[in-house]
Amino acid sequence: MSHPSGDPSVTEREAALTDLRRETMIVNMGPQHPSTHGVLRLLLELDGEIVVSAQPIVGYLHTGIEKNCEYRTWQQAVTLVTRADYLSPFFNELGYCLAVERLLGIEAPPRAQVIRVMVSEMNRIASHLVSLATIGMELGAISIMLYGFREREIVLDIFEAVTGLRMNHAYIRIGGVVMDLPDDAEDRIRGFLDVMPGRIKEYENILSANPIWVERNRGVGILTAEDALALGVTGPPLRAAGVAKDVRRDEPYCGYETYAFDVVTRDQADCFARFEIRIEEMKQSLRIVEQCLERLREPGSVMVEDPKVRWPGQLEVGPDGIGNSPRYIKHIMEESMEALIHHFKMVTEGVHVPAGEVYQPVESPRGELGFYVVSDGEHRPYRVKIRDPSFVNLQALPKMMEGGLVADGIAVIASVDPVMGGVDR
Amino acid sequence: MRAVEIADRLRARYAEVLVARDEVAVVVDRDDLHDALTSLRDDEELGFDFLSCVTATDWPGRSPRYWVSYELYSMAHRHRLRLKVGLPEDDPRVPSVTQLFPTADWLERETFDFYGIVFEGHPRLARIMLPDGWEGHPLRKTEDLGGVNTRYKGAFIPPVDRRTT
Repeated sequence: MSHPSGDPSVTEREAALTDLRRETMIVNMGPQHPSTHGVLRLLLELDGEIVVSAQPIVGYLHTGIEKNCEYRTWQQAVTLVTRADYLSPFFNELGYCLAVERLLGIEAPPRAQVIRVMVSEMNRIASHLVSLATIGMELGAISIMLYGFREREIVLDIFEAVTGLRMNHAYIRIGGVVMDLPDDAEDRIRGFLDVMPGRIKEYENILSANPIWVERNRGVGILTAEDALALGVTGPPLRAAGVAKDVRRDEPYCGYETYAFDVVTRDQADCFARFEIRIEEMKQSLRIVEQCLERLREPGSVMVEDPKVRWPGQLEVGPDGIGNSPRYIKHIMEESMEALIHHFKMVTEGVHVPAGEVYQPVESPRGELGFYVVSDGEHRPYRVKIRDPSFVNLQALPKMMEGGLVADGIAVIASVDPVMGGVDR
Repeated sequence: MRAVEIADRLRARYAEVLVARDEVAVVVDRDDLHDALTSLRDDEELGFDFLSCVTATDWPGRSPRYWVSYELYSMAHRHRLRLKVGLPEDDPRVPSVTQLFPTADWLERETFDFYGIVFEGHPRLARIMLPDGWEGHPLRKTEDLGGVNTRYKGAFIPPVDRRTT
């Protein structure tokens, strides 16, 4: 077809331009992109600013945690699984320990259960704060990034006081928790419960009516309930699509059925709904922590009595500030040969778990975190499979990104809140 | 439904139905996998419409050597079931379930990557965690664990299963 001007060279140029417009561009986003939450790589096919196809590529942070567990004792594996999803370490420990306890046929004492619920919910708040902070940062709301990390710091300080570490605590152990709360824990947690509602209000004030924030999140990255369920998506992205799936309520563990809390849902199924869900879930977690504090007035043991499960010695802080257990060492070294043998067996072999398999889900901040644990009756796990919600949820990225703008993709990734440590394990 | 009730319902249909620790496990043949998943999903009272997890275990020296397990969940009834398929050592192939449950895509790729189990009919069965050029399937129990070469006088740290101290 000739150009209306009759000039053949114009026609050629037009044709060449049309070809150029038809051509798509393949762009690598990541694995070192600041908005990919670690080392997620996306292979994007772009038509201008429109994402034609998106393909997430994972595995850059694979550390072989599952394989490692098979060559460590049952207790040692706690320190490995806690490092999978590093923003929610307590959930990893909890899921694993619950699975092993079911294989052993034991249950942690009531006080340990309450402590487990409390640290989990504090951890959920900390994790949602990071999620909020990183979404804020990626969408240009830097102040919310600073606020989120500021409040998370309070939680991490409490964790440090309780467990000795800010992350990777290995605090929840098979049969209970490693030690009771320190004396000042309640005051610290009360202090946190006092400031938090005001701070959450502050986030809402900054963001919920912020026109730029709303514009970038509302109607972006829609994932319908049907698609989400087919793709196995759980957690905030599923609840934002109106499906009230929450393991804490559906398959309660640690006595969650006795706590009053709501499973928050939204119907818009977009990034904004996911943001709202996380805000509301933080409020619900505060409610649960409040109830835990009430229950913790009751003193009690935090570890099962069974000497075949619990760690034989108990550390106490000496006058030099260093943890040791002189009384126990005297007992095994000078008084009882049987105690020494028992100590040696517990340290080198640890727990013996009857053969069998269980699948134990817990509700992590990102969705259903499942532990499929298999024992062949030995002193080491035969198989530990971590069904990490970030890994499964990431599969839904193409569904949410394709047909949208590249800039919306950033909001979408952030709204899924993947933690690559959990994805790649 | 409680685990025992689910098991009672399924005993008529499947030869091997196990109940342990409040969990039901059903063993099916790989040729019956699709039929089993479809009928478990479409049964109104069971309604296993959500696939939580796909993974495998490796038992060298036993027959079958590999067990692939599917963790199913019912959104309506909030109960669970595990479907297991045993695979022989020389022929670790199983039909992919991605057509029934799109979520199986990455989970099957991971199982392929770690155990070398081939999911037939998978749209893109490539490695997912390890580099494409990796040799072997590291979560098999027979896989060599490696070890660490150090720069200190050529010392070598043996793998965990061969350490003596």
